[in-house]
Amino acid sequence: MARITMREAISQALWEEMERDPNVFILGEEVGVWGGTYAVTKGFYDHFGGERVRDTPIAEAAIIGTAVGAAATGLRPVAELMTINFAFSAMDHIVNQAAKMHYMFAGQITLPLVIRTVGGGGRQLGATHSQTPDAIFAHFPGLKVVAPGTPEDAKGLLKAAIRSDDPVMFIEHATLYQVRGEAPGGDYTIPIGVSKIQRPGRDVTLVTYSKMLEISTKAADQLATEGIEAEIVDLRSLRPLDMAPVVASFKKTNRCVIVEEGWRSYGVGAEVAARLYEEAFDYADAPIQRVAQKEVPLPYNRTLEQLALPQVEDVVKAVKEVL
Amino acid sequence: MAETVTMPKLGFDMAEGVLVRWVIQTGEPVQKGAVLAEIETDKATVEVESNFEGILAQQLVKPGDVAPVNAPIAIIAAPGEKFEPTAAGKTASPAPAGIAEGAISIPAAPAQAAEASEGRLPGNVRASPLARRMAAEMHINLEQVQGSGPAGRILQRDLKTYLSGARTPSRPAPAATKPLAPPMPTATTFATASPADQTIPLARLRAAIGRRMVESKQQAPHFYVTHEYDLEALLALRVKINSLLPEDEKISVNDFIVKAAALTLRQFPNLNAALHGEQVIQFGAIHVGVAVAVESGLLTVVCHEADRKPVRQIAAELRTLATRARQGKVRPEDIEGSTFSVSNLGMYEVEHFIAILNPPEAAILAVGSARQIPVVKDGQIVPGWRMKATLSVDHRVSDGAEAARFLQSLASNLEEPVRLLL
Repeated sequence: MARITMREAISQALWEEMERDPNVFILGEEVGVWGGTYAVTKGFYDHFGGERVRDTPIAEAAIIGTAVGAAATGLRPVAELMTINFAFSAMDHIVNQAAKMHYMFAGQITLPLVIRTVGGGGRQLGATHSQTPDAIFAHFPGLKVVAPGTPEDAKGLLKAAIRSDDPVMFIEHATLYQVRGEAPGGDYTIPIGVSKIQRPGRDVTLVTYSKMLEISTKAADQLATEGIEAEIVDLRSLRPLDMAPVVASFKKTNRCVIVEEGWRSYGVGAEVAARLYEEAFDYADAPIQRVAQKEVPLPYNRTLEQLALPQVEDVVKAVKEVL
Repeated sequence: MAETVTMPKLGFDMAEGVLVRWVIQTGEPVQKGAVLAEIETDKATVEVESNFEGILAQQLVKPGDVAPVNAPIAIIAAPGEKFEPTAAGKTASPAPAGIAEGAISIPAAPAQAAEASEGRLPGNVRASPLARRMAAEMHINLEQVQGSGPAGRILQRDLKTYLSGARTPSRPAPAATKPLAPPMPTATTFATASPADQTIPLARLRAAIGRRMVESKQQAPHFYVTHEYDLEALLALRVKINSLLPEDEKISVNDFIVKAAALTLRQFPNLNAALHGEQVIQFGAIHVGVAVAVESGLLTVVCHEADRKPVRQIAAELRTLATRARQGKVRPEDIEGSTFSVSNLGMYEVEHFIAILNPPEAAILAVGSARQIPVVKDGQIVPGWRMKATLSVDHRVSDGAEAARFLQSLASNLEEPVRLLL
């Protein structure tokens, strides 16, 4: 196990999959000569050439439309959307084409497409470039939605996404690229749709994913100093959503706080809470709490932005509400 | 989208029912299939199960009230229709505990609104689902538990505290609820006259039995044929079989008789029948009704297709049905559809008796006790086991000769009981 950054993990996964399968190729804005806005594809253009690392115009609908066509005709495109906020320009191709084709052509077409994109706030990019609309994509049957919180998971899940015959939204977090973590070297995959206990505990279940795993872990550290043991379940995939470890943990702790970066209304927390009430109502000893972004367009001002995003103290406070 | 629960039709001739008891109270959650209430029909007290899931928002009928079939008796609302989510209540300005949260927004008679809001919390106690489940499992009355959660909500830890406290002697015993000893009878008690007459209204079941028996005796010309059976072999077989079976699966003499009667009926379709106007309906299937004494009268539980079932299965089914009947938990299908009946008073040392037809059936078999009596065998008087059975028959459907032949055929099954095991 080596300690690598999230950026290195994602980069390794892409590199290894491109070496492994000549049908895998990358397209997106500034992914080639420039090496990617977040430097994930640095060196790819020189090594794999312009055929397989294609710079595109600033036209998200064209990027995803092209990728859908390529996938439908046998290639395995990894399309990069510079941020998830730009995915709205390509929404029709994502939810009406990519998510539906396999179904509407009765399985005659598979769509081995990965859309790598970057979400989340905290970098003072303003209201239109800082959103966390993960739940929107998880709403659509036909898409897989993956959002890793550790380098190990990012590498294994991205490789699984590239090898998947279904369209996958692979949502990275803008502030996690520098985060280091243990990751096995070489080739391995992690199945999409399997939640993971990232930290065992007996007093309360924290359900989270992506960047909020980091926030939740810090909150758990703080709670541990007070003798409160939080168990952290990392969803890793929003669709398919693996509730089994969440339910099992909740049956043990009888308390749950869901931590997500997106807005509370109609969000991931709402979905998880509803499923817990459906599947484990009789185990609830307190109302399930949600920690989420304040319901405002995310401010540009640094102080205001941090106030609007879920913080460690918010998680600690919510945990104390349910204890 | 509140759902209305109506008085179910639990039999083809049921017109109304009495609501005996609400099992689920206003404000309590209702699962699909959960028993909502108990209802007394002409025939039995039956449980009404909910077809909906939600919260029992309102009871429209009081215990003891009569409601016609299909009349609304309760309203079940979705939880969201009534309860503000607690989390939302917290971020908003804190509402006075309970009042805003429990406000019921379902259509209700204004006069009953106050009553409804009283019962908004299941059992009038605020408790977490986990605490409720644990309390139910451990038979703890939540009203006696002090809650430590928000707004006094009872949590898991409160039950644990309660349990540890309940076991220590320091906890005051609930003296007030102790039953008082009956007062010592005084001299005047003995000096008074016999008790005064009591007027007891007919229970619904009693009244229904009365109506049906009058109808049967008035309309069906009964005749009766009695036969005596040698039960020696059957009793010996029963001992042998029961020695192989666990205590709760033992087979009774009556189980053999049900099987024997069912098999015999295959040869006598005219006795597995009912008169319907100008026609006799001979039933294809043989469903044997068995009379079971219950608290307020008599119920006939039905062993369906008894001729096709092994004796052991008949025994198991009848045991279950009789238990349910005695507990007043009988289901409509338990008592509907018999095509022939057996009434057995054998356990009461009865030599023989005659039964009244169970309309619209054409025949009923009344079975007495198996008794050890002197019998003549090869010119010698020896002890033997005998049992008498009397067939009551509707003369509009059948005649004495057919009834006699039925009883004869029944003899070949009862006296050579191995046939019942084939």
